[in-house]
Amino acid sequence: MNHNQPVYTDNDPQSELVTLNLGPTHPATHGVFQNVLQLDGERIVSGVSTIGYIHRAFEKIAEHRPFYQITPLTDRLNYCSSPINNMGWHMTVEKLLNITVPKRVDYLRIIVMELARISDHIICNTIIAQDTGATTTFLYLFQFREHIYEIYEEICGARLTTNIGRIGGFERDFNDIAFTKINKFLKEFPVALREFESLLNRNRIFIDRTAGVACVTPEQALDYSWSGPLLRATGVDYDVRVSEPYCSYDEFDFEVPVGTSGDIYDRYLVRNEEMWQSVSLIEQAMEKLKGEPAGVFHADVPDFYLPAKEEVYNNMEALIYHFKIVMGEIDAPKAEVYHAVEGGNGELGFYLINDGGRTPYRLHFRRPSFINYSMYAKMSEGMLLSDAIINMSSMNIIAGELDA
Amino acid sequence: MAEVNNSSVIQLLADRFGAKVSGVNEPYGLLTVETTKDVITDVLRFLKETEGAAFSFLTDITAVHYPETNHIAVVYHLHNMVNKIRIRVKVFIHEHTPTIPTATVLWNGANWMERETYDFFGVKFEGHPNLKRILNMDELNVHPMLKQYPLEDPNRVDKKDEYFGR
Repeated sequence: MNHNQPVYTDNDPQSELVTLNLGPTHPATHGVFQNVLQLDGERIVSGVSTIGYIHRAFEKIAEHRPFYQITPLTDRLNYCSSPINNMGWHMTVEKLLNITVPKRVDYLRIIVMELARISDHIICNTIIAQDTGATTTFLYLFQFREHIYEIYEEICGARLTTNIGRIGGFERDFNDIAFTKINKFLKEFPVALREFESLLNRNRIFIDRTAGVACVTPEQALDYSWSGPLLRATGVDYDVRVSEPYCSYDEFDFEVPVGTSGDIYDRYLVRNEEMWQSVSLIEQAMEKLKGEPAGVFHADVPDFYLPAKEEVYNNMEALIYHFKIVMGEIDAPKAEVYHAVEGGNGELGFYLINDGGRTPYRLHFRRPSFINYSMYAKMSEGMLLSDAIINMSSMNIIAGELDA
Repeated sequence: MAEVNNSSVIQLLADRFGAKVSGVNEPYGLLTVETTKDVITDVLRFLKETEGAAFSFLTDITAVHYPETNHIAVVYHLHNMVNKIRIRVKVFIHEHTPTIPTATVLWNGANWMERETYDFFGVKFEGHPNLKRILNMDELNVHPMLKQYPLEDPNRVDKKDEYFGR
């Protein structure tokens, strides 16, 4: 295994190898990544990935912050699908505290998480298209991310780093405008996605660029601990939503798409199909919401669920509780818990050790981008430089999740 | 295929390793065992390759520092995707001699996980092909997740923890 060995430096003047610094800031890498490549013509002989350019010490910070102050940190992991991270963190704490949330909250969460998954996959798939030369599709589908952000805005007031939700539910109920916008999205997005697929799925240029490039076998993928759409594109049907259902995913009817060869084209197809499944999940959740009592948007856990702002401003008791909760004054069980959710890029895990203090004793994020990316340099060996670029796009490496 | 569950795995481990595997616990349903660093590679290989355990997927490697007992716990999360069970394996090593055999002989995915653990806790994974810092700069001369290192610059006077209720 010669993965990630030191850079091969060849001082032989006859050598025809060229050292190329791809990144840290390069327009084609969509983030802060550096790869030092040895090139023989256009072919990559070896490469070394250097990461950590936006490392922000989240795990250290988390050891000094009460639970509610950790939610904004999770926003900044995979910032293309922050709500999944937020929900994953809330569910981890709920698991620690043995809180059961009402069904309606589960369904609302599924709506938000699947919207986030769609926005994450839109980024990845449109960027594969962009990097293979199809700018139209990129601009065309990208506007739906804007619509998703508008829905977030109605739900929580923020767009990118959402900080959605509370331990036990949401800070407020979805308003009518939010539901109207979700329904509008459900009507308009499938039309656009179908058109997107019709532009690319059978596109000769796109297939020539992507099919058979960067093939990964299931054995390699599992060996490198891959998860998410990348693993599924190799043919392994592992999805945390099915394997360990959380948030009532087991009540829903959806399929886990898998690929066959693990190449870039398969990853693209898997992500596209997941968007269709997400649309169907949101539709099912909207349908199920009709059978649930309106106005329920959080569990009855006054010890951990922040009181309503009107109460806090007008009522001493609520004010005290507000401060106690924000400052982490309320005891949580001394325990350790691992909770995983299916993030946009794979298994997003939270390993939380609580020792009864205000803050976690230790919090570790299992970040799928970090773990998936470890194969990148190895995969690039023998590949054309232009293929390595779209390979990186198709892995959807998000710098925030890579570096934590 | 025989059913694989927490109790069957506990039985398998007890038969094979006896007292070398201890501290069996199931917090929130996740089987947790402790072992020692002289058998950790054997334990991981056994868990990965034995039929009836088949934890073939390495989910994560990380560490936890316990300064009161002078220990660093290296924590492995393994996953059996077919039977949908997980196991957590902990190894307590002394913080002054933080060495443990590498798991890269079993999974290539362990490479970066161990580099991250080394970077933040100083755990030296013996036999690792390229054990160097991954997220922090190479010039950093501490392993910042150890508990003795404060979050913020201790010389600052305007950010004392007690002012912030921390």
